[in-house]
Amino acid sequence: MTRRRANPAARRPPNAAKAVPLADVRGVSKTFESGVTALRDISFAIWPGEFLSLLGASGCGKTSLLRIIAGLLSPDAGRVSWKQGRRPRETGFVFQEPALMPWADVRTNVRLPLRLIGVEGSDAGRRTEEALAAVGLRDFADAYPHELSGGMKMRVSLARALIVKPKLLLMDEPFAALDEISRFRLNDELLALWQSIGCTIVFVTHSVFEAAYLSSRTLIMSPRPGTIAEEIAFLPATGRFDPQYRTSAGFTARVRKLSEALERAG
Amino acid sequence: MRKRDLAAPFMAIGLLIAIWEISVRFFAIAPQILPAPSLILRTLFVDAGLLSGSLVVTLRITLSALLVATIAGVLLAILFSASRFAERALFPVAVIFQVTPVIAIAPLLLIYMEPGNAVLACAALVAFFPILSNTALGLASADRQLRDLFALYDAGWLKTLLYLRLPAALPNFLGGLRIGGGLALIGAVVSEIAAGSAGAGSGLAWRIVEAGHRVNIPRMYAALVLIMLAGIALFALLSWLQHRVLHRWHASAMSAE
Repeated sequence: MTRRRANPAARRPPNAAKAVPLADVRGVSKTFESGVTALRDISFAIWPGEFLSLLGASGCGKTSLLRIIAGLLSPDAGRVSWKQGRRPRETGFVFQEPALMPWADVRTNVRLPLRLIGVEGSDAGRRTEEALAAVGLRDFADAYPHELSGGMKMRVSLARALIVKPKLLLMDEPFAALDEISRFRLNDELLALWQSIGCTIVFVTHSVFEAAYLSSRTLIMSPRPGTIAEEIAFLPATGRFDPQYRTSAGFTARVRKLSEALERAG
Repeated sequence: MRKRDLAAPFMAIGLLIAIWEISVRFFAIAPQILPAPSLILRTLFVDAGLLSGSLVVTLRITLSALLVATIAGVLLAILFSASRFAERALFPVAVIFQVTPVIAIAPLLLIYMEPGNAVLACAALVAFFPILSNTALGLASADRQLRDLFALYDAGWLKTLLYLRLPAALPNFLGGLRIGGGLALIGAVVSEIAAGSAGAGSGLAWRIVEAGHRVNIPRMYAALVLIMLAGIALFALLSWLQHRVLHRWHASAMSAE
């Protein structure tokens, strides 16, 4: 695996006339029963193979938007239309917390999505081992969640999302609760995985650094009600697979650009 | 439980029994008023045939009642988790039964049912509520993000119940079962006394009533001791079960590391 090359699919200019988005979010609004308007008239496209970040302060509706994309929450107005007619069956979701079943060992937790979509037998077993290997947890397959560190639990959660061979990976501030060392390491591993799998990632974060480091495109959201204030694309997305990148001038420039946009969004 | 944890209660109970024995001998209290522990122990052996038969009867009622209460409680809790309407409609009914003293219902049930069944029904009624309410709480407390995950992969109601809600409810259910076990014994004893001579008249509670009529105080104490031991054994058994099932994953059953 060459670590310095970006996901080829992501190099496609997002606004090329011929390109068909994986999903088209049009005029989505959501008001909760409490009367709080979480999202107002949100429109954007999700392009195949891109690493799209939704960046904004806490409480700006990022999580609601991600749940609407996943189909877990229905919008009051607007809709999400999919290229295939419906959300890909091969969708992975990584939550804010690891959200593991405490009564089941790591292997059973990772295997859960296959059980739910009806994949059983030796195929399921092989895929479970592959997913565990992909996040470096092969030696912990028989451990229980309470025996693992926060970072390892997140790896289990990631493996559980990867086991469906996702075409679309939805991530809701997955590394926010981790210490910086674990977060940096998981960021690098996530980029490598994205590159090798070639899936589309929608990544919710409130960290400017994370958005700058990971994404090929960032939507800046402003709060109350949640709207999209600005879109910032970083293309070509080269250089990001180098651990040295965190200290480079290019990275600092991206962080500044995102910070200023976030400032303008309020 | 470690040996050190057992030492303190055993010492306390042993001390109380010793004071009791010494007091009875020292003040020469008549056995018709307060029998000494040694006499109670002797009565347990002398009346062993009679009392062990009664113990089996009471235990059988208690365990059958607990089984009935567990099945009914869990099934109703599953119904509540499946239908908000059923929960709103039926939970108050369950509460009404819970707050009505079983001793007040027993005479009615004795008219409607065979005495044996009436006693069983009373005991089950007492044990039922904690099992229902704890299991319902457990079923409803499955992690929200995990529920989202199940919804993401279009898992149906049954799969969500089997793989998520039931395992998530286990700690609460087992807690409810432990409370229900103790209550089933209390219910069995109370309704046996309520059934009185109309009942089969052979359980431990009935032995107490009967021995009371005959002013056989030592036998009353002996039967009481057996009821207490049965309660302790049941509690220990259900605690052991709780620990066995949960020790690998639940905070309540894990030792601090």
